[in-house]
Amino acid sequence: MERVFTLLSFGPEGWGDNIAAGVVITVSLALATLPVGLALGFLVALGKRSPDRFLRLAANIYTTIFRGLPELLTLFLVFYGAQIGLQKLIHFFDPAASIEINAFVAGMVALGAVFSSYASEVFLAAFRAIPSGQYEGGYAVGLSSSQTMRLVIAPQLLRLALPGLSNLWLILIKDTALVSVIGIADVLRQSQVAARVTKEAFLFFGLACLIYLALAMLSSIAIAAIERRAERAGAVR
Amino acid sequence: MTAAPGSLTPAERPPVQKAPWTHQRTLGVVLLCIWAALALAVAAFMVESWNPTLFERYAPRYMSGLWITIQLVVLSVIFGALLSIPIAYGRMSENRFLSALAYAYVYFFRGTPLLAQTFLIYYGLGSFRPELQAIGLWSFFRDAWNCALFAFTLNTAAYQAEILRGAIGSVGRGQWEAASALGIPKLLAIRKIIIPQAMIVALRPYGNEVILMIKGSAIVAIITVFDLMGETRRAYSQTFDFQTYIWAALIYLALVELLRNLIDLIEKRITRHLKR
Repeated sequence: MERVFTLLSFGPEGWGDNIAAGVVITVSLALATLPVGLALGFLVALGKRSPDRFLRLAANIYTTIFRGLPELLTLFLVFYGAQIGLQKLIHFFDPAASIEINAFVAGMVALGAVFSSYASEVFLAAFRAIPSGQYEGGYAVGLSSSQTMRLVIAPQLLRLALPGLSNLWLILIKDTALVSVIGIADVLRQSQVAARVTKEAFLFFGLACLIYLALAMLSSIAIAAIERRAERAGAVR
Repeated sequence: MTAAPGSLTPAERPPVQKAPWTHQRTLGVVLLCIWAALALAVAAFMVESWNPTLFERYAPRYMSGLWITIQLVVLSVIFGALLSIPIAYGRMSENRFLSALAYAYVYFFRGTPLLAQTFLIYYGLGSFRPELQAIGLWSFFRDAWNCALFAFTLNTAAYQAEILRGAIGSVGRGQWEAASALGIPKLLAIRKIIIPQAMIVALRPYGNEVILMIKGSAIVAIITVFDLMGETRRAYSQTFDFQTYIWAALIYLALVELLRNLIDLIEKRITRHLKR
């Protein structure tokens, strides 16, 4: 038991500080991906409900691809594919140059693409739940279409999309574990290193699982607070 | 009323108005052009790097990898379905202890990444090697494939238990009461009355779960199981040819799309009595 405490302590003997650094990486990756995924997902949702056939098709291709590919494969495609593509592009201008893709950015792009394609479905469902009278009311009082979207539709949309989006956030936290494979020192990667060095695999992977659980619980608390706040602002339906 | 019948000649049909060219259409065309350019670039890349010896060497391996993926998903979904029944029963049980236990199980497996669970089982159980050897389970947990199957079964059982619970809960109480009023035994009522109605609700989530398992199964490549993803990684590390990943992407996409369409078909079939 004492050995366990030594192993988990912060300091030269223990792995606590390494794993805490991993938690920071995991959380910052998820937090950095969230706005990208939300913005992109919203745009894709707008594309999907456009009256124009071509725009709808383009948006649907996007979701079909990123919802159909395994997240791990998306990550590899972005990580290696972007590297090769950019390398070729740069060789075109300067044959001697070489480029390294930042693993963190690759993880952000891949997770953002997956998140946004699921988020677009959530936004789409929320759009469908808003009656067309809301738009007509906006136009009737003289708001432009962008003003209607910003002042009338978006606040209701966010409230309707919140449950779906919070689900996606919990999935996003779990998906960040995949970036340990491309060498980002997140929680899982750090536990893997610790497990290999100390031969206490069950302890460290169990700890990693508990950390993810704790993150999920913290998120649930935060989400509940946001939902209460959103409900207070909303009209009673 | 007073008008002569002759004045009722049908008016000229108004000319069909051409849809105006909007900004959205411009954007749509541009985006579609980008997709087409990307598809062309991928196709050109595949043609350019086409290598018959490479294809001959790796195509059978990809097929065996695909077979492993399918086996893993099918087996874990079936075992998971069996395991989900007692868990869903526990979740719906009146017994506090039982329902708390089932809730903790579901919360743990839905709240942690599948990759971490797989590591916990594959590497973590190695910490208990003497104990496992004593009860003769070590030979099972030594194998990466068995560990992956075990982890996936536990994981999908948690998700399926929630689906099952939701679906059974969606069938009205009156259905149970009517069945017992007619003297139908409980098991028969479940089989003939509750399950057919619950399946309509559960089909889509079940289908999504299978798709998620197909996509999630790619992570077994990390614990050295040579499924489709594992074969891809091996092929890439031997050839450094990026087309290996594109082949895998195409196969996974085809698999998922096939399944999605299949689910749509089944849904049409089991809801045909609701169509008007």
